[in-house]
Amino acid sequence: MKTFIRPMAGWWRRNPYYLWYMLREASCVVITAYALVLLAGLYRLQQGKAYFDAWRDSLSTPWSIALHAVALLLVLYHSWTWFKVMPKTLPFIRIAGWRVPDRMIVAGGVAGAVLCSAAILWIAR
Amino acid sequence: MMRRSNKPIFWSLFGAGGMLSALVAPALLYVTGFRPGVLDYERVLALAQHNFGKLALLAVIALFLFHGLHRMYHCLHDFGIHVGPGLKALFHGAAAAGSLAALYLLAAIGR
Amino acid sequence: MRTIQIECLRYHPETDAEPRFQSYEIPFSDDMSVLQGLQYIKDHLDGSLTFRWSCRMAICGSCGQMVNGVPTLGCETFLRNYYPGKVRVEPLNHFPIVRDLAIDQGDFLRKLESVKPYLIAKDAPEKGTFLQTPGQMDEYYQYSKCINCLLCYAACPQYGLNEKFTGPAALALLHRYNADSRDAGKAERMQVVNAEDGVWGCTLVGYCSEVCPKDVDPARAVNQNKINSTKDYFLRFFRK
Repeated sequence: MKTFIRPMAGWWRRNPYYLWYMLREASCVVITAYALVLLAGLYRLQQGKAYFDAWRDSLSTPWSIALHAVALLLVLYHSWTWFKVMPKTLPFIRIAGWRVPDRMIVAGGVAGAVLCSAAILWIAR
Repeated sequence: MMRRSNKPIFWSLFGAGGMLSALVAPALLYVTGFRPGVLDYERVLALAQHNFGKLALLAVIALFLFHGLHRMYHCLHDFGIHVGPGLKALFHGAAAAGSLAALYLLAAIGR
Repeated sequence: MRTIQIECLRYHPETDAEPRFQSYEIPFSDDMSVLQGLQYIKDHLDGSLTFRWSCRMAICGSCGQMVNGVPTLGCETFLRNYYPGKVRVEPLNHFPIVRDLAIDQGDFLRKLESVKPYLIAKDAPEKGTFLQTPGQMDEYYQYSKCINCLLCYAACPQYGLNEKFTGPAALALLHRYNADSRDAGKAERMQVVNAEDGVWGCTLVGYCSEVCPKDVDPARAVNQNKINSTKDYFLRFFRK
């Protein structure tokens, strides 16, 4: 049977849903880059005060602030999308026969992030 | 007979990193991006010398790397780039290397 | 009388090297579905237009099409929602086109067969039928509503990129049986779950669940089984 197979190239540009998916996936570049920034900081920490202070001061440059701002937006999007899909990765949670609705699981995740953020900001005060 | 995939190993690391980053990455980015002044050498060193601090720093660096690089590897596939065992080893190997580097540095910092 | 423009992808393998679009202007009323639009074209304008349909009420799963780039059932998609714009109808994405708007479903049917979509029953009860509580039915019920319409496959880019991926509906139906308290065939189905092209082909794009006309939520079925597959992977050494 002769059939026609359509090409997949550019598939993600053809539907807004896919664009948001690609944005979500792209946030992983930020996570990787940030881990390397922290690793660099750890390396400078191990080298001594002068080196660490230089690393810390580089965080105050306009480039660093601008990149951090973009990164923060992407990471917030990662957090939000992570908790949004979390219910789909979990089995149904029941309490005495009542199924916990997905929106509560999402809310729980967001609440956890808020708590962790508060704790980190308090430690770093 | 379909071969069993090894994905569970990488997916578990990816998932742990994704959860951790979803919980703590925004706050961490806020601190390093807009409040770097609080990163006083003595305080950060004390954190890195403390057992819990070591664990936290290792977890953040290692799990962020495994999460990010695993997803980046899959992004290549999504863009239509053919990915095979070579690229898989490269991406996950890089994550492992970064994690080992963090482990080494934390050990070198001592108590 | 208002008219609306429907643009259809045409492909007749005996004459065409590749597909092309053909536009039709048809009279329409507020209650007309896209399917009725196609039927008007076939009945009055162009009898050669080929498309599948049957029940007209979103239960048979035959009339799946891409309408303005979104996988949907023609019978429950209404022309009024696109008016005065153009309605572009194409065959479901990620499947080979057989003729015009009809696709080759063979790959899905083979995948469906591979998941053993039937009860592999435990020993029958001594008297009467199996008993099942509402709670037990709740575990699998939504997955049993699948009408095999293939909208989820048209939505899934991972299936589009890799046709060996088992795909959303087949995995949802696999889970439907695994989660049924009357079933004892989980071990037989794990091989499909655990494979690289089983649940691990999914990256949780989630569009499959968005487009499903029956709220089956295949994304959930697939991703639940990532945890099951992981447990199976690590705990297999602790089993007899």
